[in-house]
Amino acid sequence: MFLIKRMIILRQVVVLLIALLVSNSGYAELVIRVTEGNDQPTVIALSPFDLNGLKINEDIIDIVESDLRRSGLFRLIPREDMLAFPSNATDVYFRDWRLLGAEYLVVGSLSVLTDGRYELEFSLLSIDSQKVQFTHKVRSSATKLRDLAHSASDKIYRSITGIRGAFSTRLAYVSVIREGDDFTYRLKVADADGARESLMLESKQPIMSPNWSPDGKALAYVSFETGRPAIFKQNVATATREQLTDFKGLNGAPSWSPDGSKLAMVLSKDGNPELYSLDLESGELTRLTRHFAIDTEPTWMPDGKHILFTSDRGGTPQIYKLKLADRSVKRITFQGNYNARASIAPDGRTLVMVHRSSNVFHIAALDLKTRRLIELTETTLDESPSVAPNGAMLIYATKYNDKGILAAVSVDAGVKYNLPAKIGDVREPAWSPFLR
Amino acid sequence: MKTRINLYASLLAISVLTGCSSSPVYESESNTTDIDNAVVKTAEVESADIEVVPVVADTATVFYFDFDKALLTDESRADLLEHAVALAGNSRSVRLEGHADERGTREYNMALGERRATSVKEFLVMQGVAGDRIEVISFGEERAAAYGSDDEAWRLNRRVELK
Repeated sequence: MFLIKRMIILRQVVVLLIALLVSNSGYAELVIRVTEGNDQPTVIALSPFDLNGLKINEDIIDIVESDLRRSGLFRLIPREDMLAFPSNATDVYFRDWRLLGAEYLVVGSLSVLTDGRYELEFSLLSIDSQKVQFTHKVRSSATKLRDLAHSASDKIYRSITGIRGAFSTRLAYVSVIREGDDFTYRLKVADADGARESLMLESKQPIMSPNWSPDGKALAYVSFETGRPAIFKQNVATATREQLTDFKGLNGAPSWSPDGSKLAMVLSKDGNPELYSLDLESGELTRLTRHFAIDTEPTWMPDGKHILFTSDRGGTPQIYKLKLADRSVKRITFQGNYNARASIAPDGRTLVMVHRSSNVFHIAALDLKTRRLIELTETTLDESPSVAPNGAMLIYATKYNDKGILAAVSVDAGVKYNLPAKIGDVREPAWSPFLR
Repeated sequence: MKTRINLYASLLAISVLTGCSSSPVYESESNTTDIDNAVVKTAEVESADIEVVPVVADTATVFYFDFDKALLTDESRADLLEHAVALAGNSRSVRLEGHADERGTREYNMALGERRATSVKEFLVMQGVAGDRIEVISFGEERAAAYGSDDEAWRLNRRVELK
């Protein structure tokens, strides 16, 4: 047990972001390409929302359509096939939509409130049962119309699939641009669809391993800005940052506990890489593992009582489970000679990881109950899987044309899409928790 | 430029700042969702000046390794013996930077880079160099020496650099 003596708040700078400004002009560094979809998608029609003549700077209907399409679970009826554009449930002729093969229809209209904010009132209709599934209102300021659209997508997705939508969540990732021997590392945050990319930190030295706090308000990460790796945490909204560790050797792989009170991490200050837990309130540091092998990449099980980690104590890197109550360690993976960097779905049952088979690094999912392992990706050098908070998709880093890109795949491998960066390499994606 | 404050104060500061700056999106019990004004701000890095220490002996200063291994080759041992002799005749400190190729996970490769640098350090210590003159730092796969995803680039990247 040790006490961290040095807690430093580095001067925060309040900067209006270039990234925020450019995002308003519709530019985003990440561009989505859907590469594979579900075999039997739900057929849905989105009648263009009635904007009531309001001039807005976001295409709300396009954002909702893109969200639903990206989930891979839906096929959208093309607008040119539609016989009418109802904006109100009472104006819907169900027969028109049944002829088009639609199972669901979304209608809605936008209005402006007395305080200047916008309100989208929209309904989801089931064509088969000729019923309104729900009518909902979502409100936002003019600058938050993308959030409004994603919120509508969440509502529609949940009503049809029974699964909470994750369209209003965010991604954190590291981008690297190299010019000769000169590197620029950037820690960025963007919406789950890659839009509204914002800069959190820029450095000439490596930035690694971003990890979200469970409330989605802060990120922990590794930065080499002091000349050595050190763990920092940074508030997303305020840019307030603290250096949490400054030990000799490795200071890496921070992972927030589900209750937000602790940060698991890897330190090699006692000779070789071991897992530690830092209590963020008391500053107390507790050593969790004791083995001469490499122990790294801790990730908490949703129960907060176990930590999954990578260790080569058996000769090759494999996933192990540490029980915090008695520090007992149990090996979890046995298939293949390289299994590392576990990320666990919110149900605590599906473990995704980097898995090597036939000398290629894939992302694989292991069902902890049935022990069934499926390879989710077919590309090479896939790494850093991170499961969405609703457990439906995961995002990971891969290489495409020698460039680091982000890609997403559903946990059953049925749906895939890429988020290629226009400039430089993008890596180490971390999917945020639900933000509300 | 750095302000040192204790943990409690810093946590308090953060919670206060958080509290002021954003209210969460509020989903009411009625059929209405209100969206907040979430923002992202940028922090500033104050980079440390990294001292570059001159080479110690006139022989190879980069030592290569097999995949997922930290064993020194005979060639590396021969070169390191020369460095150990040179270090015995001066009081310089050296820095050993461990690296890995791009395959495998980033944090595991951080550990692997450290293991490689440590095995170089242990060899030098066995030759009589004081351990406190040797700093070990791993860059994992973050600082490649060669680019490309092929055997040759990977071979050149699995290395320890003596500086």
